[in-house]
Amino acid sequence: MQHYIVRRILQLIPVLLGISLITFLLIQLMPSDPAIVVLRVNQVPVTEAAIAAMRERLGLNRPLPIQYFDWLWHVLHLDFGNSYVTGEPVLQEVLHYAPVTLKLTCFTAILILLIALPAGILAALYKNSMFDQMSRMFAYTGTAIPSFWLGFLLIYLFSLKLKLFPVMGSGTLAHFVLPAITLAWGPAAICTRLLRSSMLDSLSQNYVLYARARGVFERMVIGQHVFKNALLPVVTFFGLSFAHLLSGAVIVENVFALPGVGRFMVKAILSRDYPVIQCFVCLSAFLFVSVNLIVDLVYGYLDPRIRLGGVNESAH
Amino acid sequence: MAILQRLLAHKLAWIGLGIILCVTIAAIFAPLIAPHDPFQVDLLKKLQSPGGAFPLGTDHLGRCILSRLIYGARISLSIAVAAMTLGVTLGLLAGMVAGYVGGKLDALIMRLCDVLLAFPQLILSLAIVGILGAGAFNIVIALSIAQWAWYARIMRSKVLWVKESNFVKAAIVSGTRSFPLMLKHVLPHAISEIIVLASLDLGVTILQISGLSFLGLGIQPPTPEWGAMINDGREFFRSEPGIMFYPGMMIFMTVLAFNLVGDALRDALDPRSSQRVKMEDLESKLQHQV
Repeated sequence: MQHYIVRRILQLIPVLLGISLITFLLIQLMPSDPAIVVLRVNQVPVTEAAIAAMRERLGLNRPLPIQYFDWLWHVLHLDFGNSYVTGEPVLQEVLHYAPVTLKLTCFTAILILLIALPAGILAALYKNSMFDQMSRMFAYTGTAIPSFWLGFLLIYLFSLKLKLFPVMGSGTLAHFVLPAITLAWGPAAICTRLLRSSMLDSLSQNYVLYARARGVFERMVIGQHVFKNALLPVVTFFGLSFAHLLSGAVIVENVFALPGVGRFMVKAILSRDYPVIQCFVCLSAFLFVSVNLIVDLVYGYLDPRIRLGGVNESAH
Repeated sequence: MAILQRLLAHKLAWIGLGIILCVTIAAIFAPLIAPHDPFQVDLLKKLQSPGGAFPLGTDHLGRCILSRLIYGARISLSIAVAAMTLGVTLGLLAGMVAGYVGGKLDALIMRLCDVLLAFPQLILSLAIVGILGAGAFNIVIALSIAQWAWYARIMRSKVLWVKESNFVKAAIVSGTRSFPLMLKHVLPHAISEIIVLASLDLGVTILQISGLSFLGLGIQPPTPEWGAMINDGREFFRSEPGIMFYPGMMIFMTVLAFNLVGDALRDALDPRSSQRVKMEDLESKLQHQV
C-alpha cells in the first residue's frame, strides 16, 4: 500500500507542474498588456513612461521562462501576487471568501446523500415501478436543468410566494437551503441513478443468490451484501462531485448573491484582476487533483487489484 | 441499420428528436417565424403580459420575448455546434497523431490532456473567456480548449485498439501508406463513439454557453441569447417572472432533448452498456454540470 501511495504521489508531480504552467500561460493569452491593465484599474494615466515603469515593476521585461520560474517559486511559497484592484495578497482574499463556499459545498454534499441514498435504493428494489420511473425523470431533469434558472424558480416559489426562506444573503442557515438544493439537484439525480444501477448489478451476483439460498433475511441480504458492495462507485462519485461542486458554486453563488469564492472570481474576471483569476484556477485544479488522488487511494485500499497495478493500467 | 432501428425504438429519443427538430427549424427560419424584430426597442410597450401581438409578452425594453427566444435558438445552436466541431476536430487530430505516431509525441500530447483534464471544465472556460474577453468567438475558443482533451484521449485509445486489429495489420503488410490507412481504416471505426459523445456534449455545451452568458461573460446584450436573457430578467423577476422563465425553459428543453437522443444513441450503439455502471460517463456528465 505504501508503495502505491508513493507511486501515485510521484505521478502527481508532473501534472501539478503542468497545471502551474498552463495557469501561467493563460495570462499570456490576454490580448492587452498587463501593465496597461494595472494602470487602467488603478486609474493612472496610461503614458509610455508609466507603462515602461509598470512593466519593470511587474517584471514583464524578463524572458518568459524566467517569469514562469519566478512565479512558480512564489506560488510554492503560497504567494500568488497581489490583486490589481485592492493591492492585497490574492490568496488571503480568496481564503477570506472560502468559508461561505465551503459551507455551501458541505450542505450540498449532505443533501446529495440524503436524497440519493434512499432514492437509489428504492429505485433499485422496485425496479421499473412508478418510483423508478420518477427517479429516471429526475435524472433527466437533473442533467439538463440550468442551475441559474432552477435557482430563480426556487426563489420565486419558496421565497416570494410561500415566504419560507429569505431571498438572498448569507447571514443565517436558512440562507443556504435554497442554494444547496439548487446545487445538489444535478449531482443528486446522477448519484441516484448510479446507486440504482450498481445495486442492480450487485443484486444479480451469485453471493446474493447464495445468501438467499441460505435463508438469510431479505433485509440482511440487502443491507449487508447488496448495499455495501453497491456503495463503492457511489463513494467515488461522491468524492469527485465534491470538487465539482466548487465550479457549480460559481454560478449558484451569483444567483443567490452569496459572498463566496465563486462570486469573487466572477467579479475579478469582470474587473480584469488577473492574479485573482490565476490563483482561483490554480487552486481549483489543485483541489480537483487532490480529491482525485484521495479517491484513488481509497479505491486502492478497498480493491487490491488496483493497488498492485494490474487493473488500473490496462483500463487506460 | 440495426442501430437506427434500435434508436427509433426509444420513445424518449423520439421526443428528443422532435424538440431538436423544432428548435433547429426555429433557428434556421427565425426571420420568417418570429412575429417581431428581436432588437426592436419600444419603451411604451415594456413589460407587457402575454397575449395579443406579443404571445409571450415583452421584456423591460419592450422587445418581443417570443421573437427573442426564436432568434436565441440561432445563437445557442450555432455557437454550440461551432465549439463542438472545433473541439472534436482538434481532439480527433491530436488523438489520431498520438495513437498512430506514438513515442515522445504521444507522451507529450497525453500529458497535456492529463493536465487539461485536471482543471474543472467550467472554471477553465470561465478563466479563458475572462482573459480573452466576452463574445461569441472567444466562447468557441474557450469551450474547445476545455473540451478537446477528452476526445483526444478517446480517439487515441480507439486508434491503439484498431492498430492492433488484423485488418489494419493486413493493410500495412499490403503496403498501404500511413495517412490513407488512418483515414480509411482507423477513422470510421472510431468515429461512431465520438459522434455519440459529441451529441451528448452538444446539450451540455449549450448549458455552458448560457451559463457563461448568464454571468455576463458570454454573449453580450442586446444579442438575444437565452442565458443572457435570464440575466436581463433578473431585476424584474419579482413582478415579471416570465422574462426569466421562458428562456430558461428553452435551455432546459433543448438540453434535455440532446441528452435524450444522446442516451438513446449510446444504447443503440452498444446495447449491452445500458445496464452497466458507466463511471466514466457519469464523471463526464458531472464535469459539465452547470
